[in-house]
Amino acid sequence: MDTKWSPYLFVAPFFVIFGIFGLFPLVYTAWVSLHQWSMGGSGTFIGFENYLELFDDPNFWNATINTLGMLVLATVPQLLIALVLASLLNQGLRRLTFLRVGVLLPIVTSVAAIGIVFSQIYDRDAGMVNGMLGLIGVDAVDWRADKWSSWIAISTMVNWRWTGYNALIYLAAMQSVPRDLYEAATVDGASRIRQFWSITVPMIRPAIIFTVIISTIAGMQLFTEPLIFGQGSYAISGGSLRQFQTLSMYMFEKAFRDFDYGYGSAVAWMIFVLIMLLALINFLVMRKGK
Amino acid sequence: MAVRKSPVLIYGTLIVAVVLSAFPLYWLFVVATRTNDVVGDWPPPLLPGGNLGDNIARLFAAEQANFLTGLINSAIASVVVTVSVVFFSSLAGFAFAKLKFRGRNALLVIILATMMIPVQMGIIPLYMIMVELGWQNELEAVIVPFLVSAFGVFLMRQYAERAVPDELLEAARVDGCSTFRIYWTVVLPALRPGAAVLGLFTFMATWNEFLWPLAVLEADNPTVQFSLSQLSTTYYTDYTLMFTGALIATLPLLLVFVLFGKQIVGGIMEGAVKA
Repeated sequence: MDTKWSPYLFVAPFFVIFGIFGLFPLVYTAWVSLHQWSMGGSGTFIGFENYLELFDDPNFWNATINTLGMLVLATVPQLLIALVLASLLNQGLRRLTFLRVGVLLPIVTSVAAIGIVFSQIYDRDAGMVNGMLGLIGVDAVDWRADKWSSWIAISTMVNWRWTGYNALIYLAAMQSVPRDLYEAATVDGASRIRQFWSITVPMIRPAIIFTVIISTIAGMQLFTEPLIFGQGSYAISGGSLRQFQTLSMYMFEKAFRDFDYGYGSAVAWMIFVLIMLLALINFLVMRKGK
Repeated sequence: MAVRKSPVLIYGTLIVAVVLSAFPLYWLFVVATRTNDVVGDWPPPLLPGGNLGDNIARLFAAEQANFLTGLINSAIASVVVTVSVVFFSSLAGFAFAKLKFRGRNALLVIILATMMIPVQMGIIPLYMIMVELGWQNELEAVIVPFLVSAFGVFLMRQYAERAVPDELLEAARVDGCSTFRIYWTVVLPALRPGAAVLGLFTFMATWNEFLWPLAVLEADNPTVQFSLSQLSTTYYTDYTLMFTGALIATLPLLLVFVLFGKQIVGGIMEGAVKA
């Protein structure tokens, strides 16, 4: 009796709670997106009308471009720097534990808190970045005002937060690369940079694929950093001209400010489709490079 | 790097990286101890001032933020969710790794598949469920949906496969232990390192959760991150007040980090964990 039913009892709590609050909402989002559905009560079925409207909606495309732009600005430097840091940490020098813990510091901070700090650092009048630019004679930049400047500011926060984490993932992978590969390469006269590109990077490919896919998923959901950066009444629209509104922010605006659940669900579903598309592209590119 | 091993260059670069990692946190502390007058001064003040006490008093008095409520709510939610996720994940992980039952593989595939899908995608129906349950603006809303974690089950299953020897389970069985008793006295202690990592990451993730509380809670009953965002909605940006709030919101995480930093590093290096 015990051995027969215990396994089911052990996994049941997970499936009950996860089924109700995780899986069901996920699937139901697709259903809601096919309705004209606003606050209170169920909606009217309208088929794909929300999606048709979405494809004609300049704010949706604007949010898509913003999200993809910040995704690139936040992911590429983060992973490149992480690779370099990891290879430095992998040099077999002493006292590196302290440094490893040090580069991890950013991920244990409160995201909202860091949003606040960087908002100040990038402030037009009081910010440290403009202060430093002033030293080399560059005029103060209004970081919130334009697309590029706000994207850079927001991407800095993301890069700052995740670089050390990725470096540790790479470091773990690097430590399992056989030493004799490097020894053989050294005998053959390959430089360290050459060894890095020809041995290290190909050998840790699975770790790189993992970090690219995870960072892409996280980047597609970017929300807290731009929202806090925005400050004030325009926060959810990402600035007065939506210059840094992401897809997650647009979904939130539609669903929880305008109470247009159907339309918000369509946005959510598009985020999901985009994530899957990007994961597929990542995967194909990575495989082709093999 | 291009030349031979050059320790000075390597250490130098790494130390610069650590300083850059730590600077925003240090700056958080400096501004939280100062007054608004100095924010924006050039060169910026790099040493702490003596105003922390005043700022904390102002913070807890700021009506729009309900900061104390936010702290208490986040503390309760983070502790409850962490304990629950660790318990249910290790229980299910053990079953998936070591017990035989029909449908095991199919159920496992479901868990793996859903791990890749961001839970955020379902927040609109989740909100509707909360309305049905009457949990809008209630603490249950930020706790109950997160009591289990697909990622946690997966992680604990990986750990259990390696860390729990079959002989030990059989021995306990021969001694007449029930399956739950085996879990409690044999499996759980063996899973402790993995459970610690899962617990730390769950705590951090719950403490940091932002979008969902913003959707389901109101400003009068916020979590700590929600409450922080309320500080910036005034016309005049009171940076010292915001920094003080941010500092206090970060302290529990920093404390966890100081106590368990090495384990966190070890856990990431071993299992590639994402918060």
